[in-house]
Amino acid sequence: MRKEIVFNLNGSPVFATVEAQKRLIDVLRGPLGEKGTKEGCGEGECGACTVIVDGLAVNSCLYPALEIDGKNVTTIEGLLGAGNQLSVIQQAFVDHGGIQCGFCTPGMVMSVKALLDANPQPTEAEIRDALVGNLCRCTGYVQIIESVKAAAQKLREDK
Amino acid sequence: MKKFQYLGKEFARPEGAEKAGGKSYYIHDLERPGMLFGKIKFSEHVHARILNIDTSKAEKLPGVKAVITAYNTPEIRIGFLRDNFALKKDKVRHCRDEIAAVAAVNPDIAAEAVELIEVEYEPLPGIFSLRETMAEGAPLIHAADPQGKPRQNNKLPLKFFHESGDLKAGRKAAKYIVEGEFSTPLIQQSCMGTAGCIAEFGLNNNLTMWTKTQIPFMAQRDFNQALADMGLRGKNTRVIVPAIGGAFGTGLDTHAYEYIAILLAHQAGKPVKILYNRDEEFANLSPRQCSQIKIVQGCDENGKLTFRRIEVTLDNGAYTSWGATYPSVMMLPATSLYKVSSVYFNADIYYTNNTYCQAMRGYGNPELNWPLECNMDELAEAAAIDPFDFRKINRNEPNETTPMGMKVSTCGLKECLDKTAEKLDWKKKRAAGKHRGVGMASLFHVGGGGRIYRSDGSGLMLMLDDFANVYAFYGGVEMGQGLHAVLSLSIAEALGVPPDKVFINPTDTAACPWDVGTHASRGAFMSGNAAIMAAASLREKIFKFAVKIFPKEAAKNLKKFKAKNPDYEAPGFDFEKAAKEDRFDMKDGYIFIKDAPAEPWLRLELGRLIRAIHFRRQGAVLNAEVFYDPPSDLPDWEKGTGNMSATYVYGTQGVEVEVDTETGEVKILRIAAVHDVGRVLNPQALKGQMYGALAQGIGYALYEQVLTREGRILNPNFRDYKIPTIHEMNFPIDLEFVETDDSFGPFGAKGVGESGMCPTAPAIANAIYNAVGVRIRDLPITPEKLLAALDEKNRE
Repeated sequence: MRKEIVFNLNGSPVFATVEAQKRLIDVLRGPLGEKGTKEGCGEGECGACTVIVDGLAVNSCLYPALEIDGKNVTTIEGLLGAGNQLSVIQQAFVDHGGIQCGFCTPGMVMSVKALLDANPQPTEAEIRDALVGNLCRCTGYVQIIESVKAAAQKLREDK
Repeated sequence: MKKFQYLGKEFARPEGAEKAGGKSYYIHDLERPGMLFGKIKFSEHVHARILNIDTSKAEKLPGVKAVITAYNTPEIRIGFLRDNFALKKDKVRHCRDEIAAVAAVNPDIAAEAVELIEVEYEPLPGIFSLRETMAEGAPLIHAADPQGKPRQNNKLPLKFFHESGDLKAGRKAAKYIVEGEFSTPLIQQSCMGTAGCIAEFGLNNNLTMWTKTQIPFMAQRDFNQALADMGLRGKNTRVIVPAIGGAFGTGLDTHAYEYIAILLAHQAGKPVKILYNRDEEFANLSPRQCSQIKIVQGCDENGKLTFRRIEVTLDNGAYTSWGATYPSVMMLPATSLYKVSSVYFNADIYYTNNTYCQAMRGYGNPELNWPLECNMDELAEAAAIDPFDFRKINRNEPNETTPMGMKVSTCGLKECLDKTAEKLDWKKKRAAGKHRGVGMASLFHVGGGGRIYRSDGSGLMLMLDDFANVYAFYGGVEMGQGLHAVLSLSIAEALGVPPDKVFINPTDTAACPWDVGTHASRGAFMSGNAAIMAAASLREKIFKFAVKIFPKEAAKNLKKFKAKNPDYEAPGFDFEKAAKEDRFDMKDGYIFIKDAPAEPWLRLELGRLIRAIHFRRQGAVLNAEVFYDPPSDLPDWEKGTGNMSATYVYGTQGVEVEVDTETGEVKILRIAAVHDVGRVLNPQALKGQMYGALAQGIGYALYEQVLTREGRILNPNFRDYKIPTIHEMNFPIDLEFVETDDSFGPFGAKGVGESGMCPTAPAIANAIYNAVGVRIRDLPITPEKLLAALDEKNRE
């Protein structure tokens, strides 16, 4: 079965023809060519494929593509500002060493984005809860936590 | 200690923005025009004869472009002992054995085609334990060696042996002797980015490989050998390394899947990508080597070590990759951590029908550190000496030569021990009670490369463009560790240009000079030393040209300056005298004359000088190429001696734990980690290496284990194979660096990629013993093991 779907990707409407068994990540990385979203396990265990659907962080490897019809999807590419300027969260990850190999980074950043949109002043425990589904093998998470705290503070100051 | 302009200060990694923006491209993201997708058919049996392979259904599936087996492709032997094959013929020895492979127009068709391949087997009994494989008359895993000589037993023909001092006298001199048997598990490197490659042949049959490797040049050699095996002798491979989603040792060998991609690409006449999914990565990629180790140590009444005896037995699995050579690194701490005058070390390695292993961070060092540092605590207790004091009595010192012949230059172990004890409030916390305790462990590892081949070298080329951008061509790989951060800062510092003018080119064997590989904590050490050499060479060239060009350009500057500042009176300046090669200096991208008046017109922007050198008759371009090979020796493996690294690192980690005696769970309350790093080159990357290594050390200590039953891997996913999440890493880490300013190190620094993982597990085990009085000798220290040990203790 194939179906035409329309959804908002990073603020612009996009069309895609999808087969029933395809997942959101397949549509993003395949026909739409957005390679920023990474697949680390394909089973919802690692969080590398995290994107935001209607305000909620989801694993795009578990999300049926057909169900995205009519919804709003934000990916890592959507966080870049005019002139490909890094967003506050992305810049904080760069400045505070929240990145090593970078493979988990897009998913990690999207989970942080969903957290800070909903809760601009999270406690450390709330940060940990929001990121428990995002595995990182390189950093031991220490500088990731520092990055998130710095991003939250900067976002509050910028308001 | 020398002050630096850029090094030691807060600079973010240069590729950070791309990674944060989702614009860093891994093998997963790369495509080539007309590219096919390869998929491997793995064995259904752990040990069996292959009777028949029927690929006819797969071949008929629309979209399938190539189907290969060992029967329709040339034999390609792989691994340093040549006991493995890209595709298996006649016999499978493990369920990860590659029997066939397909290439198809999309991954779905490739997966379907693999399902259609039918294999008939005659199952054989397998050997899954060291006990069985070492038994007299055990069935042979390999009936003959690669030269065709019949084998007598399952023991590998590898010697790792060391004996020094007088063991008998050492034993006699010992007042206290403690022995123990320890084991370490298989663990998965668990890179977030799985393994993969793209193989593409040109019409001239030269090959390009985009692949996830840490050894692009050794891989080139291996792949060229495979091309020769395929009848393409004299053809060449270009290896290009894309962004790497973590490696931790997985890229130190070439893999069967890479050769299969090459065979498929050749057969299909199109580029072929093979990309492992997470299940395949867990089931088919070689994990960390497991080990069984017996240790005996003795000390005299004052706590001085008098002898050390270590016997290692390794389960090699069915084929040989670098796991079999872990003892070459085990020998380092075995002979050289703490002063001990007589040492015996031996390792025996045996084939089984288990998975075979390869490198992971530390490469035998954590395996050996585990029994050694646990035994240090046990011996200290026997001698009634505090384990911190016991370590201080036996600690290493600067300028010593260890029993293995390792020439220690700087050694910060004393500071590491003292600071760790201070941070933990050692004496008080040792007596805390209430199921709380502290423990510590130290480490010794290579910090100045590790000479395992005749060359331990690193080539580096620097190219200056007309706008004073510096391009670095380096053969080592950035895999997340921060190599590019450290290399770009080292170049900036040594050359005298701003860091943002330095660009590290992608690693490519067709563009970068030779490098032995990014392993053994050598990236920063090697590339930093190469950067110093290359920068010196470039500066020499620049200053030579500057003798003639600088005065002319400065005169033009002065004219302009005067035009703007009519009242300005230039100081008299004798260019004839001042403009000499050895009188120039460069900083921040400006050339100036040392001790010259600090006039703005006497500072020349580097780009302007380069253009002046370039745009003239008999002009020149400015490049430098260097090869740094550290002052170290290839060990004599017959004797087990040799100064294999230019310098060595030390460190101590201390842990405070609380044990829940009802559940057996261990809660880490805090960690102190103090490491001798030589000098801090880039704090952000250095801290990242230590925190990350600690997290892997904690997983190794408490829960990571690839579980197998009769060779089959039972937990090939992150649900059942747990790596630390952000919840597990929830305790304060007090990290401090001891700067010993090593004379061999670039800017005083030593290599530290692996050291953070080496002592973590025994430090935790020692803390658990202090907390509840039980000692677990088999990693990981699971709640089940701890509860059983507590039960046993309570029954006593």
